[in-house]
Amino acid sequence: MTVVPSDLDRRFREAAAAADLLDVAYDLTDSPLGELLIAASGRGLCRISFEPDSDFDQLEREFGRRILRVPARLDPVRRQLDEYFEGRRREFELEPDLTRLPDFQRTVLHELVRVPFGEVTTYGALAGRVGRPRAARAVGGALNRNPIAIVVPCHRVVGSTGSLVGYAGGIDKKLALLRLEGAIDTIC
Amino acid sequence: MQAVPVPPFEVFYEENRDHVFRLLVRRLGGQRAEDAFQETFLRALREYPALDHGGHLRAWVSTIAERVAIDLHRRRSLWDGADIPDLESLDEQPTYDELRDLTASLPPKERAAVVLRYGYDLDYNQIGAALGSSPEAARQAASSGVRRLRKKELS
Repeated sequence: MTVVPSDLDRRFREAAAAADLLDVAYDLTDSPLGELLIAASGRGLCRISFEPDSDFDQLEREFGRRILRVPARLDPVRRQLDEYFEGRRREFELEPDLTRLPDFQRTVLHELVRVPFGEVTTYGALAGRVGRPRAARAVGGALNRNPIAIVVPCHRVVGSTGSLVGYAGGIDKKLALLRLEGAIDTIC
Repeated sequence: MQAVPVPPFEVFYEENRDHVFRLLVRRLGGQRAEDAFQETFLRALREYPALDHGGHLRAWVSTIAERVAIDLHRRRSLWDGADIPDLESLDEQPTYDELRDLTASLPPKERAAVVLRYGYDLDYNQIGAALGSSPEAARQAASSGVRRLRKKELS
């Protein structure tokens, strides 16, 4: 049991975010695919991760040590994810913060966001769309390190034969997301 | 010797928030401790990027808390000097200052329990936590303190 009244604790966390004193505000949230780490920088959504523990350390390395759990700051993210998993949302209205990523990865991920709900593309096609048609493998590497799962929909990218290939969160999760979006029939 | 790395703020905050809150309740009482608590950790956040190692973080944040408590005291003294009525004295509950004099003769633990219970209306769970003892021990300390005070009053 902590001594600090929970209301006081909550007010401090929200005051810290409101005063713009945080590098990152984060929260943990339940989903049908397990617990997710969700996080926002001052510029926008910067993390949705299936691996809360290891990615928490990563956040510190990338953004700075002023990391605080502020559930209220992540309310819109949690709400939109819930709606998505309940089948009531097809597009996210969240600004991703990809500013700290290398140029090529940022370009690929921005392009990927344009692949709509329920559709899939291939690594090669995505490489073509960013003007690097022979860079399918590099595109794979960029997706593998996607910091914002689900909202930046790397689950919508499959191999040239339609096989699921890899997914940083695990193939089972990729399959579950594509099934949720009704895209699974088109690739199997 | 390798320097201790500075942990993420969340880790530092969780490890130190109870300690800071207890310290501020001792210095300022319940209500003002809440204001001071928020101010203490906001100041810590502002200074956090400049820390170059993670040793002695508890001492560091305690120093900030003490400074905040002193600032609040000073602010209050200024108000008192201007003859503005102290709202706390209008409350029915005895103020910290009154209780402080009244309870000066009690052993420290009983005194703290009486002040926290009757001055700040904390429950025994909170008092136990603040004193580092069980709720039952906190209740016993408060009631034994009150008994002692009654005896003193009769004698």
